[in-house]
Amino acid sequence: MAKLLLEKVEKRYEGFHAIKGVDLSIDDREFVVFVGPSGCGKTTLLRMIAGLEEISGGDFSIDGVRANEIPPDKRGLAMVFQTYALYPHMTVAENMGFALKMAKVPKAEIERKVAHAAEMLQLDKVLARRPKALSGGQRQRVAIGRAIVRNPKGFLFDEPLSNLDAALRVQMRTELVKLNKQLETTMIYVTHDQVEAMTMADRIVVLNGGIVEQVGSPLELYHNPANLFVAGFIGSPKMNLLEGEIAARDDAGADVKLDDGGTIRVEAANIAAAPGLRVTLGTRPEHTALAADGEIGGTADFVEHLGNETLVYVKRPGEKQMIVKADDLAGVRMGDPVRMKPQSTRAVLFGPDGKALLRREFHLH
Amino acid sequence: MKSSLASRVVLGLLAWAAAFIMFFPILWMLVTAFKTEGQAIAIPPLLIFAPTLRSFFDATQNAGYLLFALNSVIVSVGATVLAIAIAFPAAYALAFFPGKRTEFTLMWMLSTKMLPAVGVLMPIYLFLKNVHLLDTRLGLVAIDTLMNLPIVVWMLYSFFKDIPHEILEAARVDGVGPRQQMIHLLLPLAGPGVASTALLSVILAWNEAFWSINVTASHAGTLAAYIARFSAPEGLFWAKLSAASVLAVAPILVFGSLTQRRLVRGLTFGAVK
Repeated sequence: MAKLLLEKVEKRYEGFHAIKGVDLSIDDREFVVFVGPSGCGKTTLLRMIAGLEEISGGDFSIDGVRANEIPPDKRGLAMVFQTYALYPHMTVAENMGFALKMAKVPKAEIERKVAHAAEMLQLDKVLARRPKALSGGQRQRVAIGRAIVRNPKGFLFDEPLSNLDAALRVQMRTELVKLNKQLETTMIYVTHDQVEAMTMADRIVVLNGGIVEQVGSPLELYHNPANLFVAGFIGSPKMNLLEGEIAARDDAGADVKLDDGGTIRVEAANIAAAPGLRVTLGTRPEHTALAADGEIGGTADFVEHLGNETLVYVKRPGEKQMIVKADDLAGVRMGDPVRMKPQSTRAVLFGPDGKALLRREFHLH
Repeated sequence: MKSSLASRVVLGLLAWAAAFIMFFPILWMLVTAFKTEGQAIAIPPLLIFAPTLRSFFDATQNAGYLLFALNSVIVSVGATVLAIAIAFPAAYALAFFPGKRTEFTLMWMLSTKMLPAVGVLMPIYLFLKNVHLLDTRLGLVAIDTLMNLPIVVWMLYSFFKDIPHEILEAARVDGVGPRQQMIHLLLPLAGPGVASTALLSVILAWNEAFWSINVTASHAGTLAAYIARFSAPEGLFWAKLSAASVLAVAPILVFGSLTQRRLVRGLTFGAVK
């Protein structure tokens, strides 16, 4: 059980405002991912929740109890560090049992709990080894095991997979999600990798410059980025952003006249914009097609064949480069002139302040 | 670049000559210790003579060498244990919970080492006299502890700095208190560093002469005071003085060379990684 509530939480260092008022409610058993570029404050926020950094302002509570001043060891949370932070002079079993031993838990019970966690994490064969003699993935699992044996209210992960190789990272990703369901505990996970955030989270918290840009499910963030920052941060390759102006507006959508010529139809019910408003039109590479009748023109600057799909980087004179995700057999070659057509039911619009002007309902079939 | 054989020979000889010149006083002390008083002041100096242990005998039997040696051991070990016991938590706090004034505190501690000891001789002498600690081992242990404390804190601090913060933070989140962190994590992890700090502290306390000579006499005097006693007003007894010096220097020299590897490793720890 752990319901965490952050209200106007702030962190001020001397001459640096790291966290500028974060409001966030995290439900019991939820898997929440903090994501953002480096320096956005996500690790600081996690460390404040852990109790390793003081909270300069606002309120933080665990299960309804104010926890600002509760020391880290009394919060009932466990943390897994990016560097694993294993005790190098202890064996795997000693590492996992250390906190319990310090808490004077009977030896038999420690052994039972360690054995249980080791089995769950497939560490039973290496219990007598020291961290030095383990692979990166094993070390990572020891760090998780050390957290599990304490049966914490919640787990805090600080970029735990960033030191693993790509294949292992993908495997650990699913294992952590499974663990979340298996242990039925709250997990907060910090990463700078939006793919990790998308694949693991129940809810994603996008942080930038010490403020929360958006909170939502992975699909919500993907389909309805609240602002230009989230639009550019979530999704790979990045969303194409085109400058333009609302030319016409009706109940079913709006026509956007782009600065470089073409007019794009954006279909959505409630677009908060009147004709004449300067807007940024966002269209994801996978929602942009190569089509002979496309409204936007350019030259294929670079073509990446990834096997299942082909990425076409399009150069446009005087404008930003665009990326189109074409099908795997698209016969575009470098230097070819191309025309592009954004999908009007998927394109999004942002106002001059960078905030979204429309919200799309999406239904999973 | 490959130097010629001749230049290497010349450089080698120069190095040996420099080393010999630096080592000569110690060598001469060693040689003189085995002479009689007469041989010790003979001119020209004797290089070939019948060695005698006479001076050693005089220096130990008649001057109470054993008591001074025992005092040296007690004072240097006592001061070291005490200094580490005080410095360990101090360095823990400085290294893992730095505040605005941490750096200043460290610099300030070190700056006290720049004060000439003789400047505070009078107040400390009077203080010791009033609390009846003059010529006691306890008094000297206290002085040596405080004298070495800045260096001990500094060394432990830099060893602790090399331990990843996250290890202690992980322990903190896991509910492990400061005392348990120090005993179960810091001590084993910084073990080699603590050992070399202790070795250095023992050596510094052993070699400390100024306070030993000034605030102790026959009861708590260390080997430094013991040597000083041989420069009596009635003249110098070179052979006995040499023998006494050899006896005072030998234990720490042997100790130092036995622990040399650890000491050097400790002093350069963190400098090269």
